[in-house]
Amino acid sequence: MAKDNPTGKVSSEKLNELPFKTRIRPYLIVAPALIITIGIMIPFAMAIYFSLTNYSFRMPTYKFVGLKNWIKILTNKDFWKALWVTLRYAFFSTLVEMLLGMGVAILLNKLNNLFSKILRVVLIFPLMIAPITATIVWQLMLNSSVGIVEKFLNLFGIYNFPWAASPSTALLTVVMIDVWVNTSFVMLLVLAGLQSLPKSPFESARIDGGSAWFNFVNLTLPMLKPSLYIALLFRLMAALQEYTIIFGLTKGGPGDTLMNLSLTAHLTGFKFQKFGYALPYILVLWLIVNYAAKFIVGKQRAAQKQAAGLEE
Amino acid sequence: MNKGKSRLLAILQNCLLAIYAVFALFPLLWMVILSFKADTEMFTTTFVFHPTLSNYTAALMKSNYFRYMLDSLIVAGGAVIVSVLAGVPAAYALARYNFKKKEDIAFQILSFKFAPEILVVLPLFMIYQKLHLYDTYLGLIWVYQLISMPLLIWVVRGYFEDISVEIEHAAQVDGYSWYQIFFKMLLPLIKPGLVSAALLAFIFAWNSFTFPLLLAGIHVQPITVAVTKYLGTDTAHYGQLAVAATVSALPAIIFALCIQKHLVRGLSFGAVKG
Repeated sequence: MAKDNPTGKVSSEKLNELPFKTRIRPYLIVAPALIITIGIMIPFAMAIYFSLTNYSFRMPTYKFVGLKNWIKILTNKDFWKALWVTLRYAFFSTLVEMLLGMGVAILLNKLNNLFSKILRVVLIFPLMIAPITATIVWQLMLNSSVGIVEKFLNLFGIYNFPWAASPSTALLTVVMIDVWVNTSFVMLLVLAGLQSLPKSPFESARIDGGSAWFNFVNLTLPMLKPSLYIALLFRLMAALQEYTIIFGLTKGGPGDTLMNLSLTAHLTGFKFQKFGYALPYILVLWLIVNYAAKFIVGKQRAAQKQAAGLEE
Repeated sequence: MNKGKSRLLAILQNCLLAIYAVFALFPLLWMVILSFKADTEMFTTTFVFHPTLSNYTAALMKSNYFRYMLDSLIVAGGAVIVSVLAGVPAAYALARYNFKKKEDIAFQILSFKFAPEILVVLPLFMIYQKLHLYDTYLGLIWVYQLISMPLLIWVVRGYFEDISVEIEHAAQVDGYSWYQIFFKMLLPLIKPGLVSAALLAFIFAWNSFTFPLLLAGIHVQPITVAVTKYLGTDTAHYGQLAVAATVSALPAIIFALCIQKHLVRGLSFGAVKG
């Protein structure tokens, strides 16, 4: 029966006994999607190869230079600076988004009045408009001549706050825009997690008479963890690679204050036309992203098992 | 006394929410306000001014604005159509069949979502120029698959998994062919999920900036890239810039409102079932 049944799940051991035609079918169905996406990923393999050459858009020929680009970059101060900017940007924006998104979600879940019901709908707007548009809007708001923020700060006696113009406040500014765009993402995921919490563990906790804080730490938080890890995964991956907001606001400036790995690779590859030299920057970024993703996915699975245990 | 305390707490909580709401929503309101302000009042007024539509006529009628919007529609729409045609069968196979390397393939597709955009763009720039795909609709539609395909496959796979295999078996016993089952039974069942995943993929493709900035920009100019041009002109027309930003954000906002119920599931690639 199972042999002729394309919709039935077949146990793994029996896979090899199936006729070739049946075995090959799922691969054929997946193939178009895989070819389309892998076609795009061929460049990735090329990237590793070209990082070992002195390829440039300006020159008709190129030659293999071994690890020269890699050694040059790893001993270059600019690389470590770009890495440091990348990590700081990712750390601060993700941290603030996680805490703020969680806080807003908990309040929305608790209040459950008309105000919070309206907010649940309209708070997704920042997440849905293009990040480049968000950056432009903030640029207008922070503008010292037409910007409303300057007028607001004047009320508190603060004049000419430099925002993106000064190296000391530039990171704060881009992180703030990232937070504005993406906090809703964390909020939505946490809110969904809160609303799907099972009731019975909380009822038995109430009978036991635990304090609200005790229940939050020992029940809510562990059961919420799988959703929190998903939010963390998506946010951290994107923040490590952020390009649009920084490019849109300052193109990496003032000076090289905000040149993270993505922007440095873009600048080296396109503006300075040193293609082979640009690739190690971005391959290092890919390694970091890949490792961080695997780590968080592992944590998420463990948390899911633990949460499933608590529900019983 | 306890009651008074809890009421005070509720007021405080509402206030905190209100503060966050102002932070989250005021920039959008400000963008709309600016779009109605004439250049002459831009620097002298804050909230009280004479609303005018001059920015709208200037930004929308006297420039190529609608051409940019059309370019966005073609590349984002095209990307979603390709992803649906190739992705829905793949999602079905990943949900229903058991085959070697199944989870590896699924994760491979997911990992495209996390690949740094610049890493793809640098070599692709070179290939696209050789294949004459640079600055074409097809080129962008293809590279947009990295945005739309993983989302579609992972979300739709989840919806297929929600449908019990038993109904498929029952329909088979009744003599329906596999194609009839798929098109007449399964597709209608996952339709809400499929539509919302497709709309979300469309929003992300519409909002994409890095790919069109670096792989197109002369003949094909999506609105996200075009909007930055309003910023760089000789004398900045802030009002027109605000119009360009507002109008380009509308499709995404409208679609997002349509798929609210499925938003969490889509955004988390099916991992959190909201």
